[in-house]
Amino acid sequence: MSVMQKPETIERHTMAVLVDNESGVLARIIGLFSGRGYNIESLTVAEVDHNEHLSRITIVTTGSPMVIEQIKALLSKIVPVHKVVDITVAGPSVERELALIKVRSTGEKRVEALRLNEAFRGRIMDTTLESFVFELTGDPGKIDAFVELMRPLGLVDVARTGVAAIARGPEGM
Amino acid sequence: MSQTMTGAEIVLKALKDQGVEVIFGYPGGAVLPIYDEIFKQNAIQHVLVRHEQGAAHAAEGYARSTGKPGVLLVTSGPGATNAVTGLQDALMDSIPIICISGQVGSFLIGTDAFQEADTVGITRPCTKHNWLVKDANDLAKAMHQAFQVATTGRPGPVLVDIPKNVQMSPGVYVPARESRRKSYNPQTRGDLSDIKKAVELIERAERPIFYTGGGVINSGPNATRLLREFARATGFPVTSTLMGLGAYPASDKQWLGMLGMHGSYEANLAMHGCDVMINIGARFDDRITGRLDAFSPGSKKIHIDIDPSSINKTVRADVGIVGDCAVALEDMLRIWKSGGSKSQKNAVKDWWRQIESWRAVDCFRYAPSETTIKPQYALQRLQAAIEKKDFYITTEVGQHQMWAAQFLKFEEPNRWMTSGGLGTMGYGVPAAVGVQMAHPKSLVIDVAGEASFLMTMQEMSTAVQYRLPIKIFILNNERLGMVRQWQQLLHGERYSSSYSEALPDFVKLAEAFGCKGVRAEKPEELDGAIAEMLAYDGPVIFDCLVERHENCFPMIPSGKAHNEMLLGEADTEGAIDAAGAMLV
Repeated sequence: MSVMQKPETIERHTMAVLVDNESGVLARIIGLFSGRGYNIESLTVAEVDHNEHLSRITIVTTGSPMVIEQIKALLSKIVPVHKVVDITVAGPSVERELALIKVRSTGEKRVEALRLNEAFRGRIMDTTLESFVFELTGDPGKIDAFVELMRPLGLVDVARTGVAAIARGPEGM
Repeated sequence: MSQTMTGAEIVLKALKDQGVEVIFGYPGGAVLPIYDEIFKQNAIQHVLVRHEQGAAHAAEGYARSTGKPGVLLVTSGPGATNAVTGLQDALMDSIPIICISGQVGSFLIGTDAFQEADTVGITRPCTKHNWLVKDANDLAKAMHQAFQVATTGRPGPVLVDIPKNVQMSPGVYVPARESRRKSYNPQTRGDLSDIKKAVELIERAERPIFYTGGGVINSGPNATRLLREFARATGFPVTSTLMGLGAYPASDKQWLGMLGMHGSYEANLAMHGCDVMINIGARFDDRITGRLDAFSPGSKKIHIDIDPSSINKTVRADVGIVGDCAVALEDMLRIWKSGGSKSQKNAVKDWWRQIESWRAVDCFRYAPSETTIKPQYALQRLQAAIEKKDFYITTEVGQHQMWAAQFLKFEEPNRWMTSGGLGTMGYGVPAAVGVQMAHPKSLVIDVAGEASFLMTMQEMSTAVQYRLPIKIFILNNERLGMVRQWQQLLHGERYSSSYSEALPDFVKLAEAFGCKGVRAEKPEELDGAIAEMLAYDGPVIFDCLVERHENCFPMIPSGKAHNEMLLGEADTEGAIDAAGAMLV
């Protein structure tokens, strides 16, 4: 099969991108995805080396294997990009996300929300007599599950950071 | 040794240190300090264009014809936005140009100031990289990096946006060698094990073809020399994209002509039927491949490209080699020679026999006329008149462009300047200005359509001002010919807005500009008129009135495969279906 046209399987990949932390760098990354019609499921960014002004961006994207290969090649071409690693294919990795979840309820529902939060090993960051703000970390699936459980218990707001990912083992990216 | 100077002085010093001799530009409020520095020196010549789009195309013409980067200088706001078409054109065709744009003072950015535009925002997707320099101390570095990024790896356009106060502020100058960017290191040498695999495929090939592109020309004269050597060593047929014309000599017997939508029958059928395709510096553009799932179905594909994102983008390569064409060709040839490699002589001989039978179809034939000038005939007569001369051709976009690619013969690279990827009508006149600036003694001809010419004809004024004897050879069919052709074939002959009801008198127009005007209406007038055009030492507008309804053949209809080519009018009935119409 030398030509891409038949529908291909859609894969989900997490990429780590090391970039110079300069004006416009995020726009270049996002512009690449929007300009070519690729998906961004989540994107996180923060400076990780203050001396060298390097930021690490973690992007979760979906696409056919050919599109994933394109995304990696196109990201690598961006001038302020130092390195791109496809965490999904590079080996075992840890993917974590942090969420802040606000729930407003009283009585049995409030007790149930609190109980579930303990079961998910969440922390309570804020409370009033009628509400909680829970802090949860974990893989995105765990947070999805918790959010679904909170929905009938008075879910008000969810803030999620998106995925941060890193390879397991001693090696750097 | 670092020196302190104003931002505007830094710009000029950086340009000089980069070896720039000519810049194309248009002044305005936000670049006045740079223009003041230009006034004070003589090393760099400034060419005043008549519209910033012209500056960008002139810089492209200069770059394509010399292999050196082209430079343009524009003001903020409309100056920068007018240059956008040229930047995107250069991005699509991988042409190294450096656009320096003025910006409103940094303290005014974000206030909707007069002639303010978010230039780096607007040009981010149409440049390889761009810079907004907010501190004069960062300016020299940005200028040198701009040249590094534009000219290395896959070449392309870059833009440096400089607020007016930065142009006037003192800053430290740093030389190019201290300005290199750590994160930018394009790969130029292809993986040797892949190159060995490619050589093995080439050795076993029975129906091979070299499919070459603009990358060979961008790579420089070495790539051209090595391509010719490798083609000769193997005896394989060679075809090329529109962008690659001239890398392989048109007079050579291994040359099959251009391939693609309006390429030669033999080139396209050879692509369709080959067993090993050697793609050197081409990118499987949709005008080349036609219907992707029927594109060269039985071949192993070797793809050499300096841009890793070109490989496996639309067509899966069996051997992908990321690297500069010249370096990869050198490695291939070395391995070929040292291993005593030989091509499959007998099989390749059979393959040639097949190709010759396709060639015998004579796909560029057309019905001659004694009463009207056929556009193909006009180009044949032009070719006959210039073939012994040192000539450069630019084109506009449309039917005339395809006919020029079919009927003009290029023996050397960098002689053919055309807007391939973006298809920019209006490219040819300013590009000719840029080419003539670089080659003042050579013959520079813009093969044009009357509609394209009207898009940037104000640059004739530039040509007159700088005594650039460019020749505009207009194949005037009073139609938007390619649009009309598609409307005839696809839209039930409903010619919606493809007829210019009002056209200027091009001879009078030439005279108004201070050029010479020449007109040919009958076939018998043609040779004399062409001779008159060539003899005139100054810019000429040649109004060649041609057959109005001539269609450009052969043609691979949209949505069809290479072996479904139409050779002429007789083949066109119901040739394109609705799905194909969407792909036009």
